[in-house]
This record gives sequence, structure tokens and C-alpha cells, in this order.
Amino acid sequence: MRDRLRAWYNEELSGMEEFLNTEERPDATRVERKSAVRRWQEQLLANPEMQREIQIRQKRYHTLYRVVAVFSCILFIAVMLYVIAHFPRFGFENPRADVVARRYLDEGLKETGAVNIVAAMILDYRAFDTLGESFVLFTALVCATILLRMGTRDKEGTMCPVNTFNTSLDNILNGVGFFLIPCILVFGVYIVLNGHLSPGGGFSGGTILGSALIILSAACGFKTTDRIFTYKRLNILSFAALGFYSLSKGFVFFVGANGMHNPIPKGIPGAILSGGLILPLNIAVGLVVACTMYGFYSLFERGRIGHA
Amino acid sequence: MDFICNLPLFMIIASLFTAALCLLLKRKAAYMVHSFLMVFLIVSDALVLYYTFWNGHFTYKMGEFPAPWGNEIRAGVLECLVLLVFLIVMLCSVAGGYRYLIWEIDESKHNLYCALLNLSAAAVCALVFTNDIFTGYVFLEILTLASCGLMIATEIGRIVLAGVRYMIMNLLGSSLFLLGVVLLYGITGHLLMVPLHDALAVISGDPSMMLTVTFAIGVLTIGLAIKSGLFPFYFWMPDTYGWSTPTTASFMSSVVSKAYIFLLIKVYWRVVGIELMDRMPIHLIMLTLGIAGVILGSVSAIRTNDVNRMVAYSSAAQIGYIFMSMGIGGRAGYIAAIFHLLGHSVTKSLLFLVTPRLEEVSSNSMVFKDLQGSGLRDRASGLFFTICSLSMVGVPVFAGFSSKFLILLAGWERESNAVFSVIIIALAVSTALNALYFLRTVIRIYSHPEGEEGESAPRHKPEYLIPAWVLVAVNIFLGLFPAIATSLLDSGFSMLF
Repeated sequence: MRDRLRAWYNEELSGMEEFLNTEERPDATRVERKSAVRRWQEQLLANPEMQREIQIRQKRYHTLYRVVAVFSCILFIAVMLYVIAHFPRFGFENPRADVVARRYLDEGLKETGAVNIVAAMILDYRAFDTLGESFVLFTALVCATILLRMGTRDKEGTMCPVNTFNTSLDNILNGVGFFLIPCILVFGVYIVLNGHLSPGGGFSGGTILGSALIILSAACGFKTTDRIFTYKRLNILSFAALGFYSLSKGFVFFVGANGMHNPIPKGIPGAILSGGLILPLNIAVGLVVACTMYGFYSLFERGRIGHA
Repeated sequence: MDFICNLPLFMIIASLFTAALCLLLKRKAAYMVHSFLMVFLIVSDALVLYYTFWNGHFTYKMGEFPAPWGNEIRAGVLECLVLLVFLIVMLCSVAGGYRYLIWEIDESKHNLYCALLNLSAAAVCALVFTNDIFTGYVFLEILTLASCGLMIATEIGRIVLAGVRYMIMNLLGSSLFLLGVVLLYGITGHLLMVPLHDALAVISGDPSMMLTVTFAIGVLTIGLAIKSGLFPFYFWMPDTYGWSTPTTASFMSSVVSKAYIFLLIKVYWRVVGIELMDRMPIHLIMLTLGIAGVILGSVSAIRTNDVNRMVAYSSAAQIGYIFMSMGIGGRAGYIAAIFHLLGHSVTKSLLFLVTPRLEEVSSNSMVFKDLQGSGLRDRASGLFFTICSLSMVGVPVFAGFSSKFLILLAGWERESNAVFSVIIIALAVSTALNALYFLRTVIRIYSHPEGEEGESAPRHKPEYLIPAWVLVAVNIFLGLFPAIATSLLDSGFSMLF
């Protein structure tokens, strides 16, 4: 027991030391050292004896894993079915649970000035949730940029994406794109601008705008989109949209909570300039979504947005 | 309404706005903006804490529509106190790990890193202040995504792998939480906490609906338990915390996972209500899993031979303590849980900041053997590491002792011999295990190296020393005067209804 304790304290079971000493310079940074440990583990795993043992363990693990997975899935499904059976029936009124929904339907038009009750709900009644939701998209864009955009470190190295398939030379794609893209863009703008009047809004309209940009860059090459969309401009656009969104909504929350008069006019229901802040907010959300869609595509395709 | 009541709104909006602003800035300006934001958040949170302490809690309409129709946020002593510690820890972890941020993150990506930090500050504020479970879900998503981004910012292979695993586990957790929210909404038609609570109280009178309610709460609990790393779900932890940059590790281990737990506590007290909780078997399950986590987390920590991973595994054990104490139930159990949450957040963040400094004076090795004498080469870091270790083990004067003592008292108040004896055994065993692996490291870093003397420490900058001393001061304050914190928490809990 005492010997084993001593061995544990002294780390005598580890062969990592020698490997690291031969592999790494003494002035290696923390990150380099860490990747060296990873290589050491790989080398250890390449050992045939080790591999055999791993295989045996993996087999045991996989059997157990399957049994547990199937069992827990069946249990989950059974309980879910039981729970759903006690739910109010779909499409029928449930007086106990309808208080909030009823009020949205009855008073929504009068209180928000938006014909589309869904837009009234997400951008006026529960605007705080939607504010968060559009920042979720922004967070996703930032994460993708951190992971995929080539930084100063990568430019020194050899990493360089290769375009194996250049679609911009394809005549059919070019021709169809020429006629189709303006229509898609107009349709997207229509959906964004009419978000408070008919089904649609910033999220769906922005997706359509973004897909138009993606088709444009796929059909005519990135050269065309790069002329408009540089990394800097994309950032400025996102900032403008999100900054406007957060500040204007913050103002509305402030005014509402303090019981002051809301200076933003509701307009005549049904007119394009109505619904208070819903229209400008839809435009902001649409811009953010379009930027995010195009940004994702460009980052995944070639690791950059615009020229840099 | 007093003007101070607007501050929670300003805090959230300012963090979101500055997150977008960071896109346009360079490295230095972005960190400046982030620090100003954090100072603003801390000052306003302290003001709100002062206000709520004298005037009681308040709810704040987000917009012109009142409770069941529009969103709401709510501030009380409990929320403000927890948020204050979270924000201080966050500021300290960014300042303390700044040296490594500069090394490990690509020059062109610092502004994005700051944007993610600001987003997570907004998410933490909103999660703590929320009075609406769906708002909770939205900001939980932001926090998940942002912390994943903070993790992969170093862009080395293994951390990306760990990031993918973290993402999968956390999305599973988020979707289970969402499922719980949807089920609750389906049977009650409400999302705001107070109307939801009233509706649940009516519905749970019907015995046929009891299983539905239990299932919804259970699914919600499992979701948040996965995200915070309770026992069977802690396997994403060591890689996540052990390989990311020190700032991210300390921020994630001490703020992100704790924010999920705080949301869970808020759901239990404000949505479910503690009488209804006692009718469900959830407390018992949490107690069991918590004890298992405490023991197995410590065992994993003993078996690993990498300091970073050891500290990460000990996080799993500490999360186990928090859930164990929640599982005891009753107000005393929850107060002990939050006290442990605060004490651990202060201690663990400092541990993650100090460990890389010790590795740095040992030619960047994280193997125990190379760390020999590193506490002699870098006196300050060695001292901090020792203080944190003693607090983790539960030596008097430090926060760890008070929280373990509170857990014991909570078990005593429960008046169930079985629960109390189980808790005593779990605490004794886990303390012994904690002492084994933390004190081994402390002895190691203070024993003289056999061969030649290693390189001596670089002169520490105040941006490392000041945050470290602040964290130590909070730790010792919690350890010496636990009564102040518990009486604040107690008044916070009585405001929760």
C-alpha cells in the first residue's frame, strides 16, 4: 500500500516525460505542450497490446451502450405518450389554458396596431424574448467567425482552401440566376416589410434575402458578392441593426415600465406604416438574419468573408 | 417607481449593445469597453442590492403590458447577491487571465472574444433576473453558444473536439429544458413564473395530472443538470475546462454552470413551489446523484496525472455538493446550496487562474512531477493555490469549511436519521478524498526540486495580483462571517414568493 501511494505521488507510471523531452523544445508554450501530450497519447494508443485491450473494452462498452440507449429511449417514449394523453386535445378550446392566447387574439390589433397577431406577439407583447432570440443568431455568427475565419496565424501557414468546383463558369446557373435572383430579393424585401400585415417577418424574410445572396455567390462566383460584402461592411451592418434593435427596444421597455406616454405612433391598422416599432424592428432582424446566412455560407465555403 | 428599478434593464441592454459594438473595435478598445461594462454592471448591481435590501423586491415590466401578457424581470436580494459574486468573478477571471488571452488567441479575433464575453454577461444578468421561464430558455441558449465560442477561441485541435462534445451535451440539456417548458405551457397556458405557479397549484390537485407535472419538472431538472455537469453527465468537463484558455475555464466553471443551477433553484421556488416539490421524488434523485458525483468526481481527480484536469474533475465533485445540498430540501438546504455555489465560484475561478502560472515556471508542463518546487519559484501563485486548496478541502477560516458546515446543519434540520447519516458519511469521505489530491499538489509545489533550480517567476503585474487578492478576500470573508451571507440569503429566500 505504501509503495503504491509513493508511486502515485511520484507519477512513476507515466512515460510522458521522456516523450515530451525528445519531442518538444524546452521553451514550448502552453498550447504546444498540450498538443505534444495529445501526440504522446496517440503514440501510446498505436501500441498493439494497448490496441487489443482498447478493442475489448470498446466492445463491452458498445454492448452496454446499446442496451442502455434502447432501454432509455423506450422508457422515454412510453412516458411521453402517457403525458401527451393527458394533454388538452389539439384544436379544441381549453378554458383553463387559454387566458393569455385569448387576450392576444382579442386585443392584439387594438393594443399594438399590427394585423399579423404573431408579429404583435413576438415583437410587442414578448419583445424581450425576441430581442434575446436575435442575439442568439448574432452569437452563432460570432462563434462561426471565431472558428472558421482565417486569422493572422493561419495566413503564415499553408492552410489555403482549394476551390475544386467552380460553378461561376456554368452558363445555365448564370442565366437562371440572372432572372431568378432579383425576384427572390424582391420577395424577401416584401416579406420583411409586410411582416406586421401578413404572415412573415424579419426572421423568414431575412432567410430569403440571405438565400438570394448565397445563390448569387454560387451562380456568379464570390467576386460579385465580394464587391458589396466585405467583412467590415458586414460588421457595420450587423452592428447598426443590432444596436438599433437593442436601444429602441430598451427605450420602449423603459417608457412602458415607467408608465410614460409612448411617443411612437401606432398608425392605421392595415397601412404599411403602422404597428409602431414592429416594421423597423422587422427590417433590423431581417438584415441580421440575411448577414448571418450569407456569413455562414461564405465562412464554411472558404474561411473568409469578403476579401479578408 | 424609483429610478434604481430601471437598472436591471439598463444592465442587460448595455451588455447587448456593447456586444454588437465590439465587432467594430480593435483589441485594446474592445477590452476597454468590456472592462467599463463590467464595472458598470457591478456598480449598478450593488446599487440594486442596496435598494432591495431596504425596500424589498420589485418586478419590472418589459414594455407596457403587465404580467400574464408581457415579459417581466424581477430583482430581489437573492438575485442581486448571486449576480454580484458572478460579475466580480467574471471581471477577475478576464483580468487575471489576460496574459494568456494575448498569447493564445489570434490577434484578429480578440474583439469577437470580447463580444462573446459581453453577450455572456448579458445572458447571466438576464438568467438571474428573469421572471419568465421562456426568457430563461432564450438567454440560456445565448450563454451556451457564447461559452462554446469562448472555449474554441484558442483554435487548437483538441479544444475544438472538446467543444463539439460540450455543444452536443449542452444542446441535449437545452432541448430537455425546452421540452419541460413546453409541457408546462401546454397544461397551464402560462410562461411567467407567478401565473404559472398559481395554475400549477390548481392543476396538481388533480391526481391524474401529477405525473405530467412531475415529468415536466423532471425533464427540466435533467436538462439543467446536464448543462451544469451533475454526476452521470460530467464527462464533458475535464477536456472543456482543462484545455481551454484560463479565462474561459475559470469563467465557465464558476459562472456559467452556476448560472444554470441558479435558474433551476429559481424555477423550483417560484414556479413549482416548495410544497409541491416535496410531493415529487426529485429531491431524492438529486441527493443520490449529488452524493455519487461528490465521490466519483474526487476519485477521477485522484486518478488523473494532469493538474488542469484534476482541478476540472474537482469541479464535478463540487457541483455534486451543490445538488446534494439542494436534495436535502427545505430552506436550509437551498441556502447551503447557494452558499456553496458562491464559495466555490470564488475558489475555483482563482484555481484555474493560478494553475497555468505554476505550469509556466515549470517549463509549461502540467505533469505533477515537473511542478515540484513551483510554489517556491512563484511565491504568489503558490500562496494562492494553497489558499484555494485549503478552501476546497474545507479548512476553517475559508469558505469551503462554512459551506460544508451549513450542509451538515441543513441535514440535521431535516430530522431524518437516514438522510443525515448518509450526508455525514458522504461529507467525511469526500473531504478525505479532496484532502488527498489537493494536499498532494500543495506538498509537491512546496518541496525542493531534486535537480537544478528551474527558472524563476516573471514579475507579476497588478492585473493578476489585484483580482487574485480580491477573490481571496471574498473567500475569507465568506469563511469568517458566514452569518452575514446566510442572513442575506435567508431574507432573499423569503422574498422569493
